[in-house]
Amino acid sequence: MTTTASPPVASGSPGTGPVSTSGSDGVDVAGITASNSSLRRFLHGLPGVDQVGAEARAATLSTRSIKTTAKAWAIDLAISMIDLTTLEGQDTPGKVRALCAKALRPDPSDPTTPRVAAICVYPDMVPIAVEALRGSQVHVASVATAFPSGRASLDVKLADTRDAVAAGADEIDMVIDRGAFLSGRYLEVFDEIVAVKRACGSAHLKVILETGELVTYDNVRRASWLAMLAGGDFIKTSTGKIQPAATLPVTLVMLEAVRDWRTATGRQVGVKPAGGIKTTKDAVKILVLVNETVGDDWLDPDWFRLGASSLLNDLLMQRTKLTTGRYSGPDYFTLD
Amino acid sequence: MAVADMGSKKFDYAPAPESRAIVDIRPSYGLFIGGQWVDPTDGHAFKTISPSSEEVLAEVSEAGPGDVDRAVKAARKAYDTVWSKLPARERGKYLFRIARILQERARELAVLESLDNGKPIRESRDVDVPLVAAWFFHYAGWADKLDHAGFGTSPKPLGVAGQVIPWNFPLLMLAWKIAPALACGNTVVLKPAETTPLTALLFAEICQQADLPPGVVNIVTGAGDTGRALVEHPGIDKVAFTGSTEVGKMIARSTAGTGKKVTLELGGKAANIVFDDAPVDQAVEGIVNGIFFNQGHVCCAGSRLLVQESAFDEVLESLKRRLSTLRLGDPLDKNTDIGAINSLEQLTRIRELSEVGESEGAARWTVACELPDKGFWFPPTVFTGVSQAHRIAREEIFGPVLSVLTFRTPQEAVEKANNTPYGLSAGVWTDKGSRILWMADKLRAGVVWANTFNRFDPTSPFGGYKESGYGREGGRHGLEAYLDV
Repeated sequence: MTTTASPPVASGSPGTGPVSTSGSDGVDVAGITASNSSLRRFLHGLPGVDQVGAEARAATLSTRSIKTTAKAWAIDLAISMIDLTTLEGQDTPGKVRALCAKALRPDPSDPTTPRVAAICVYPDMVPIAVEALRGSQVHVASVATAFPSGRASLDVKLADTRDAVAAGADEIDMVIDRGAFLSGRYLEVFDEIVAVKRACGSAHLKVILETGELVTYDNVRRASWLAMLAGGDFIKTSTGKIQPAATLPVTLVMLEAVRDWRTATGRQVGVKPAGGIKTTKDAVKILVLVNETVGDDWLDPDWFRLGASSLLNDLLMQRTKLTTGRYSGPDYFTLD
Repeated sequence: MAVADMGSKKFDYAPAPESRAIVDIRPSYGLFIGGQWVDPTDGHAFKTISPSSEEVLAEVSEAGPGDVDRAVKAARKAYDTVWSKLPARERGKYLFRIARILQERARELAVLESLDNGKPIRESRDVDVPLVAAWFFHYAGWADKLDHAGFGTSPKPLGVAGQVIPWNFPLLMLAWKIAPALACGNTVVLKPAETTPLTALLFAEICQQADLPPGVVNIVTGAGDTGRALVEHPGIDKVAFTGSTEVGKMIARSTAGTGKKVTLELGGKAANIVFDDAPVDQAVEGIVNGIFFNQGHVCCAGSRLLVQESAFDEVLESLKRRLSTLRLGDPLDKNTDIGAINSLEQLTRIRELSEVGESEGAARWTVACELPDKGFWFPPTVFTGVSQAHRIAREEIFGPVLSVLTFRTPQEAVEKANNTPYGLSAGVWTDKGSRILWMADKLRAGVVWANTFNRFDPTSPFGGYKESGYGREGGRHGLEAYLDV
């Protein structure tokens, strides 16, 4: 199976793919989403996930020993995949500008360090980030749709989205309505994602499943498919506000979903684990998971992102260790 | 200095070899009899090699009938004078001590096991050695609780046990044999397989380190003749054997009428049954773990995959995709999934039976992977279009070769699964709990795994039906084999 899909984000400019809610060939989106019960039948007809088996597989893969050149390669790839994030009530323009400076030059003492993929902020901070990153290849992502709870009317969510896009966001990270999902109102969740996708225009849509609230892996798989059916460009684990967030088994199940979706439709969808990824070891384990579950095609910032903040400095510390042979203290790496 | 080559789009894992410096392999080994290292009386020796490189690791003594006799006498003396007189609590203490030393020396044991056997270090480190320690801990706990095991008050040991173990899990099979035997108050003479004697000899050192009374554990190395001399020795009270059905039958014949208590754990041709409502990704992992774990050198391996016809295409496609990610190579590399075939003899048998499979009309599919120049290697192989009439569906191949058959209904699955002279294990993959119970009830196999495969635990009994042998090892049931009940 080869993919004919183009990357969702063309380098340096927002993606320009048409808004489409239909997969090609294998998946009849219109038929599946004709009613809530047909959608439910489809989602509940997906193969189940055995919890013990999925966790065992993730644990086995996390014993891979990634050393020397492989580690160096993985660290640079991980840096280039980071959505450097600040999503706090206390965020200020100053904080966001500092973060943007860090995104452009993660390690000022080493110009060979790759830049990160994007900055991820609340909608009102988007203009600041756009200004600070102008002319660079770092994207601006904004959370939207009443992040993180998603507890607002559709109109408010759409206004939130349009606001972020109008301010220049290249990527929108929306949250799904977990309440609707857990009470079986799948079509409502679907329609909402479709509406947000439309409101995104040319901006790319990441759909946050908030897997910590969905709890079971069966739910994670169903929500992944639901988001892909609705046209999401990326599926993302978590807001970072709920624990557990991006666990390895959850990431594994979502990777299996995008793999199977591409096999069925030919369309490639990206994955973004976010929340709780703090160390280089965490990041390398995730990249191993990507490598051995979906392969090279996803080992690219266009198709895989890491939502994180403190991770970056640990990666830089390990990077410096690999090049100099010595660990330096945290004071040698910049705060953001 | 490590430099990232970001030009490469592939995530190539750099070599990550476990250091073998931790193991001190002696150039030659004697026999471990009566707590001492002794030379064999007739001076015969053989070499043990690393199957992944054909490098000679050490020279090992070949015990003749005279040596076996010495070992049995040493075991008898230890039984009569020390071990049977010790309070049960004290026996338990020795076993706890051995278990702790096994954990302390885990890395050393894992490296040596991978060197001598060819299995990946990930497996010896994460499966074999932890289970070995767990087995000793478990039976250490039983030593002073035998009154409560359900075999009457004060059940008595049998005496001297002669134990012959195979090469697929050298140290684990040693633990399965020695731990319950000692816990119940017996002394042992153990013969490891001729291709994998080294971890048993290291275990002898551990017995010395634990100050185990001399003669309680004796290790005699050698091939089939040594094993026969041990099994047929009139001085032993119990024979425990794990290995081929062919040898098991010979042992059953030679021990008939002697009064020796016998347990046999023999071959298998297990069915791994996948229903169309199975969790597919995990079932595929289970299939891989069932037949490609330990290069398929597993008596309870899921060597027959029975897939419901309605799920056949999906399962096969997923399986092939998954197999292409397996990493075959240096057993000491921490990222290796598939190691070396244990011996040239075994490799020859796997090749022969695979050729038979092809000539009988089954379709052969092999992972495209480069095999190392030296050593014994066989790539993971899948046969489709296999029927019950094919030899590869009936005979134990004992290698990384999977035969895929199909079924339509649960009844048919049970019939096909049971249609084998063996009956060691089976696996069932389905999301329907009631079907798992129904299947487990109908399958004639000692172990039935539900939505998993090749999982072992010291608390769980293990053993076969029919030509897979008799007797149970592990758990409370495993005590019976070493008690006079």
